[in-house]
Amino acid sequence: MSPISRGFRGRRRAEADPARVPPGQYVTDDFPVLSAGPTPHHPIESWSFTIQGAVDEPVSWTWAELQALPSETVTVDIHCVTKWSKLDTVWTGVSLDALLEGVETSAEYVTAFSDGGYTTNLPLEDVRGGKAWVAYEFGGEPLEPEHGGPARLLVPHLYFWKSAKWVRGLELREEDEPGFWETYGYHNYGDPWREQRYSGD
Amino acid sequence: MARAAVLGRLTWQLGRVVELLDETDRVRSIVLDLPEWPGHRAGQHVDVRLTAEDGYQAQRSYSIASAPEDESLVLTVERLDDGEVSPYLADELRPGDELELRGPVGGYFVWEESLGGPLFLVAGGSGVVPLRAMLRHHAAIGSDVPVRMLYSARALEEVIYREELDLLAASHEVDVRFALTREWPAGWQGYRRRIDRALLQEIAWPAAEQPLVYVCGPTGFVELAAGTLVELGHDPARIRTERFGPTGA
Repeated sequence: MSPISRGFRGRRRAEADPARVPPGQYVTDDFPVLSAGPTPHHPIESWSFTIQGAVDEPVSWTWAELQALPSETVTVDIHCVTKWSKLDTVWTGVSLDALLEGVETSAEYVTAFSDGGYTTNLPLEDVRGGKAWVAYEFGGEPLEPEHGGPARLLVPHLYFWKSAKWVRGLELREEDEPGFWETYGYHNYGDPWREQRYSGD
Repeated sequence: MARAAVLGRLTWQLGRVVELLDETDRVRSIVLDLPEWPGHRAGQHVDVRLTAEDGYQAQRSYSIASAPEDESLVLTVERLDDGEVSPYLADELRPGDELELRGPVGGYFVWEESLGGPLFLVAGGSGVVPLRAMLRHHAAIGSDVPVRMLYSARALEEVIYREELDLLAASHEVDVRFALTREWPAGWQGYRRRIDRALLQEIAWPAAEQPLVYVCGPTGFVELAAGTLVELGHDPARIRTERFGPTGA
């Protein structure tokens, strides 16, 4: 049981529906940036997105090929482990269902990998069934490099570090392998509604 | 990228405020007595949780300002006028109050001797806080890893830990340079501008020496500093960043 913080009243935002704000989060209109290193700038001409690992044949899309796939525009709430949540964010990209269609695999996990060396791990089922996208537009504009452009993973039902910036592909794995932040003590799964911020939460 | 040991569960614990130090008009250091503190590494942060009388809670993260070797855990907090937690910590908190927190959190924006150097620390505003923990750690263990620091602030009155940094600089153990961007005291001998390519080229260790770089500050500052260092030939994998604040996006 937490003690009362003498004199603390809080500044609750009346307009934010509490049912949409996970425990320990606050709603912001800003779009803060959190990255472990410099923002990479990979030339779009040699950019590709690759699904590899536990598959018969790796499959790859160039930037032009990705853009040519049917896109979806979704409005979702996003939740960062550093406590901010941003409601009704609008993203455009390609559903992971479309990219994984026809991929035969016995894998149950994926590791998303990015320019700059960032990785994050997720169960395969968490990127299927309309739950994940490779997003290249935010608010109708090309995704800015500091927010993960040209393209980032978008998995809004998990804390936002799982939505890997500068994503370049998925490694399909039969066994789970912790990614970058997951090896530094962050939670392996990261469900904001169960407040799974850190290992053991 | 290195693998870190899997940490045990981070439980909430209570600290008692021992002392409050005014660092600048907007910045205060909170000295805490934390009987159950498990220890930390320089550069890590904690989560602070406040609870109102009706049970409403708010959490935020704050960098640890003290070295692992220091007697007490110190947090340094800048008051954000439209903030929810920082005005409470900077204005309302009193010695003797209890403060609930858990940590340490984060394991990448950390310096310890085994990581080597030479070290280049780049601070924008209150981004100096985790870098100060690294400097204190460096001094406490008597490390001979060479260190340079570039600290950008709007005015001299806004420089946090100024006396401590001046002393360090005078001891010649660490090369500390200040760049003031808006106001300069009479006779100011330091830099009078925002960081830019020429300034970084002048102060940073040459890329050929493969320095280990830590940059902390507002998003725009970090983007500029880290991006420029990459342009100057620094290995992106040796530049560790921590960003705070909005982007306006």
